Amino acid sequence: MEVTVEDRQDARRHLALASPAILIMVILGLIPLAVVIAYSFMVPADYGGVVPKFSLESYISLLFQRDIFDDTLSFSGDYLEIYARTAIFGAITTALCLLVGFPTAYFMATRPKATRNLWVLLVTIPFWSNLLVRTIAVMFIIRDEGLINSILLDLGVIGHPITMLYTNFAILLGLVYSFVPFMILPIYASLEKFDFRLAEAGFDLYATRFQVLTCIIIPLAKPGIITGAILVFVPSFGAYVTPLLLGGGSHLMIGDLIALQFGSSRNWPLGSAFSIVLMVIIMLAVLLQIRRSGQVRHG
Amino acid sequence: MADLATHGSIDVKRQTGFGFIAAVCITALYLPILIVLMFSFNNATSIGASWQGFSIRWYISLLQNRGFFDSAVLSIVVAVSATVMATVVATAAALATTRIKRWKGQTATILIITSPLIVPEIVSAVSLLAFFSFVAQALGISFGIAKLIAAHTSFCIPFAYLPIRSRLEGMDITLENAAADLYADRWRTFRHVTMPLLLPGIMSGAALSFIVSFDDFTITQLIAGPGETTLPLFLWSRIRNTVTPELNAMCTLLLMISIAFIVVSFIFTKKNQDEES
Repeated sequence: MEVTVEDRQDARRHLALASPAILIMVILGLIPLAVVIAYSFMVPADYGGVVPKFSLESYISLLFQRDIFDDTLSFSGDYLEIYARTAIFGAITTALCLLVGFPTAYFMATRPKATRNLWVLLVTIPFWSNLLVRTIAVMFIIRDEGLINSILLDLGVIGHPITMLYTNFAILLGLVYSFVPFMILPIYASLEKFDFRLAEAGFDLYATRFQVLTCIIIPLAKPGIITGAILVFVPSFGAYVTPLLLGGGSHLMIGDLIALQFGSSRNWPLGSAFSIVLMVIIMLAVLLQIRRSGQVRHG
Repeated sequence: MADLATHGSIDVKRQTGFGFIAAVCITALYLPILIVLMFSFNNATSIGASWQGFSIRWYISLLQNRGFFDSAVLSIVVAVSATVMATVVATAAALATTRIKRWKGQTATILIITSPLIVPEIVSAVSLLAFFSFVAQALGISFGIAKLIAAHTSFCIPFAYLPIRSRLEGMDITLENAAADLYADRWRTFRHVTMPLLLPGIMSGAALSFIVSFDDFTITQLIAGPGETTLPLFLWSRIRNTVTPELNAMCTLLLMISIAFIVVSFIFTKKNQDEES
């Protein structure tokens, strides 16, 4: 296509229109990330902040511990373990959200048009509601003196309260509760457009309900499932408030460890290195998902 | 569609157990919230699970709480400023990235604008903390609440941008061409044709920006200086040491504000979709 003078003028005008947004995103998004990358290669100052001196110490201490007497390095898996725990929590949360979210989205998409909007609103409200408040609400329910334990105690099912708060179970429950709407809405969006004549064709060919579901509906809902998986995995992998409130500090996830380095531990370079590794893992996971969805579409 | 979907005597849409899972899921989503709401009206002096009768005393005591009032004012100042700026900037960006011949750098622009959506909030939070402390040190100035407003504006922009862009994408460009044919200049076309048509998208984007800013905890907690306490930070400071239903009242109020804006945004989004179809 030929590029005319007008086209070039248009392009310049559009760039000018978009420039305030670009400028804000660069100054408050990309440059701060660059600062974190730079900080991760520096030395911590005594009271927070950094000393501008090049050092790989932060990345080394991700995997090794330096002996304070003879300066030798020995392998230490402590941080690795937290990354692994975070990845496991993220993966289980995503799987559980899919397990609950898919049937829910399917059920919503098969309602009559008039009631569908109401269902969407019911899921949209928690989708956008205050995460801190919702997490506190979960805390109230699973406390020792909370609703579940009081009811079970009153009914005489248990003799003393079951400890649920400050356990791995509490963190998982909180994560699933927080992020399941992020799974439901994208799947719903792709199922809403589903042409049920395709399912009918499947039944005509003597497919069972389960076969129709797994061979026709789920493959066609794949874009929604992938989007949902990304939307759940990214915030649960970077979760900060949920483990802090429901895990009670004894079950750290990587988000809390990062905040800790920038807070009371006053090791900004280490916190920066943690952040960079977290970003890289998430980018790889997202890219992998997108690639997989691409293959599905072409194959 | 409905008659096509019914296949003889069996319903092709039915999947056993899905309705049950959906019902459990929605109930589970609302149950904790409803319990917090219910116990905010509990006439008891502790957060225990026993019901002592209906009372609005905790709301009254909350409204008389100076700290609550101050943080509510700060939250509103920050959220309104961030919403106005994010919406204006996002509207301009949306106009620049839709309905026109693709220009060089357009894809990169969209990517930059939506980039906060794939960065975990804790990483944004520490990077903003590092950035502001770096600039403050280099220039020897302190930002006060300006840094809260700036940070909130930046993470609100994608939330304002996306609904406005989707509204623009569904809009009929011939109306604007007609205005131009009638010798309306660019500004008058925008003012009298584009803008009124775009308004539902802008409202929906602004409502989402307001919620996202008003509810933000992680980023605000890391970058806020002493005394800069927004409502979520005030709530946080009270979790461990408040043992009265006042905490429930606080949660309920915060939730109600979110829900009001969610419903506004939802109605405008629906309006978009209905007009398109």
